[in-house]
Amino acid sequence: MTNEEIKIKITELLSAAIFDESGEWLNIFIESSEFRAFAQQLRSDKDINADYLFCLTCVDNKTHLTMVYHFSSTIYRHCFVVKVKLDRNNPEIETICDIWRGAELFEREVYEMFGVIFLNHPDLRKLILPDDWKGYPLRKDYEDPINMIKL
Amino acid sequence: MFSLEGITNFIHEWLNGHLPATFALLIEFVLVGVAAIGLFAVLGLGLVWMERKVAALMQIRMGPNRLGPKGIFQTSADTVKLIMKEALTPENADKLLFNLAPFIVIIVAMLILVPIAFAKSFQIWDINIGVLYVTSVSSLSVIGVLMAGWSSGNKYSLLGAMRSGAQIVSYELSAGLSIISIIVLTGSLKISDIIASQENGWWIFKGHIPAIIAFVIFIVAATAETNRAPFDLAEAESELTAGFHTEYGGMKFALFFLSEYINIFIVCAICATLFLGGWMPFHIGNWAAFNHIMDYIPSSFWFFGKTVFLIFVIMWFRWTFPRLRVDQLLNLEWKYLLPISMVNLLLMTLVAIMGWHF
Amino acid sequence: MFEEIGTTPEGDLIINVGPQHPATHGVLHLVLTLNGEIIKKVEPHLGYIHRSIEKMCESLSYRQFIYVTSRMDYLSAHINNHACALVVEKGLKVDVPLRAQYIRVIMDELTRIASHELWWSAMSMDLGAFTPYFLAFREREKINEIMEETCGARLTMNYMVPGGVMADLHPDFQKKVKAFIVDFKKTLHEYDELITGNAIFQNRMKGVGYISKEDAISYGCTGPVARASGVKSDMRKIAPYDIYDKVEFDEILETGGDCFARYQVRIKEMSQSIRIIEQLIDNIPEGDFQAKTKAVLKLPKGDFYQRVETARGELGVYIASEGAAQPYRIKFRSPGFSNMCILDHMCRGSKIGDFIAAMGTLDLVIPDIDR
Repeated sequence: MTNEEIKIKITELLSAAIFDESGEWLNIFIESSEFRAFAQQLRSDKDINADYLFCLTCVDNKTHLTMVYHFSSTIYRHCFVVKVKLDRNNPEIETICDIWRGAELFEREVYEMFGVIFLNHPDLRKLILPDDWKGYPLRKDYEDPINMIKL
Repeated sequence: MFSLEGITNFIHEWLNGHLPATFALLIEFVLVGVAAIGLFAVLGLGLVWMERKVAALMQIRMGPNRLGPKGIFQTSADTVKLIMKEALTPENADKLLFNLAPFIVIIVAMLILVPIAFAKSFQIWDINIGVLYVTSVSSLSVIGVLMAGWSSGNKYSLLGAMRSGAQIVSYELSAGLSIISIIVLTGSLKISDIIASQENGWWIFKGHIPAIIAFVIFIVAATAETNRAPFDLAEAESELTAGFHTEYGGMKFALFFLSEYINIFIVCAICATLFLGGWMPFHIGNWAAFNHIMDYIPSSFWFFGKTVFLIFVIMWFRWTFPRLRVDQLLNLEWKYLLPISMVNLLLMTLVAIMGWHF
Repeated sequence: MFEEIGTTPEGDLIINVGPQHPATHGVLHLVLTLNGEIIKKVEPHLGYIHRSIEKMCESLSYRQFIYVTSRMDYLSAHINNHACALVVEKGLKVDVPLRAQYIRVIMDELTRIASHELWWSAMSMDLGAFTPYFLAFREREKINEIMEETCGARLTMNYMVPGGVMADLHPDFQKKVKAFIVDFKKTLHEYDELITGNAIFQNRMKGVGYISKEDAISYGCTGPVARASGVKSDMRKIAPYDIYDKVEFDEILETGGDCFARYQVRIKEMSQSIRIIEQLIDNIPEGDFQAKTKAVLKLPKGDFYQRVETARGELGVYIASEGAAQPYRIKFRSPGFSNMCILDHMCRGSKIGDFIAAMGTLDLVIPDIDR
């Protein structure tokens, strides 16, 4: 499906979606409260059929955090990106690891690196860092005078 | 020609001529003990070198070639290194059992050397239940393995020891039945009788089909008994990192390592004795002239030649086949080897009664 | 740190596989819960080789960050560098000369063969067959020599740059690669005879570690792991980059989904790689090996994503740029990370020997997972 068709379909599912077509794929901005229902519809809808989540990450724009989800369909081979803006002081979002099983470890990594709490995640704890690490390393305001060397 | 029998007779007569009988006997004990330990050491060094060279040549590389000509002093260097190593005892280990286990395994290996006939009239003790003695004493090594695994206080060792225990106990059955197939033909458990009965030809040729089946089953069962690949999951390096002897270091590890090679030697020696005639040269029926020529080669050469050939075959297996999984291994024994060896035993009995062997 | 518990309340044994272990090919720490020989749960503990590559790249320039990625999945070092070069070129809208494209694809395929060789030898060693290790490293040695002559290094060959490749090919390159192709076809046949037809091997691998097609897609598995379950996931076919759309090769699909299928996929992929190299090696066009780019590269504001097919699966490089000379945020979506997710699901209810075989066929390289 082309970008136009995806846009039409998604506006049918969720009218509050905002689109941005400046990049390689269609970017869809939605609110975090609507995210989980939207994700389920993306999976179950026959025409979009986004069954392959190929990247789940977070970007720290200094005023807020942005969750970035890259979806693709193994049948139609179209790709699109869903972005969700989160409040920096209280970043919370619903988990999608029961819809796409691979998201479980991705979400744990985002939790430890950015501090985003995934609601209803079966096992949310640190993945790569030691258990007693303080702070969220990939945030832009992370200070670590011992380990970080500023060039 | 050169004969070990001559040396032993000479020493025996010299001692008895010059000393009272009991002293002579005691000195003979000491000499035999020293010779046994010496044989043990030389075998250990030689077999480890042989394994490394055989492995290397099969993997298209050279193997040890720095220490001594063709690297024959490599194992001595390794032994010196192992002696100098610090042997740690883990904190959770059961100290008495932990230290006792390697010694049990080594003592059992030494005990089995006793009835084996290395050359004509060159046996330590020609007991009348020779073969039965060997099979029963070799079962005691399971105790050493289980002790080592349990007392290490390490879950990997425990897993390895349990696997090994199950494996050794199962494969003893097939090995025992194959041995019995030959005993049916010889009618005696005594080692010297068994070899004497092969004077007109080795049992593997005289016993034709059932003997060859028994030979193959025995080789497979023997490889499994000594925890050699493809049945080496007790010490599967890539799964359990050395299994039951993970926690052993230094000389204690050297004892386990050595006893494995001595066990291989013993098992091949038994196989050579039963199936390939022990020290008996290659005779064909009553072709007197041919047999006379064969007799010129000393009997010790025949024995060691056959044993080394079988050891080479077992080493060949290790570097060719991947490892079996534990349930596939036990499957192989209980569902395939055991029924086949039972049927083979019946077949051999029929052959013996009807006189259909040569 | 987590507490070391010996047994669970139900009496199951808790055992640590790794981080130092001959079978994990890197520092992967797995905590297995065992009931006898049956595995009840596999839990990975990562982070032993975490080098914070993503944070480091935020302070490196667009030319510098490529070289850090060689250390991620060091067995497909060229392909990682290729991905990063491609994403920068996408942002700058640079056209890569044809000669450079040919060279890049040939280097990629040689790397793929070398990586699969190492996988084959290490996996056989896990299963107890020690000889393939020496045989496979003969071929790998030849590839490493070819790489060393042209790129200057044997493992982390920092050869790809945005715009092309760093230096031209060595004069002996074509001759050596052609000799290698001839040798390799013979040895691949040898490998099949030695291992693939062996009854013990087949018993250890058939029916072990089954992954269904839906699970493979849901967990995000890519590469040979997904292709063995029937999922078409070859990035070289789905979104071709450089000249992959002009060469003929097959995407190997198997439907078995078990260890043996994954094994077959990788072996057949090696012959497809040789096929690609054969088509290209005689026809490398003359020309520039690098396009002209500015000294300091600045990507425009926006998001850029490039997907390539490494030996392990799909590598994704995501750059969120704010227009500066350094990337604002880089995310490496590594194939090993997603392939490892399926380990728990795949191994529940199987035995330790099966677990080792399954982990061997997943072909995990731990620096790829930890980054």
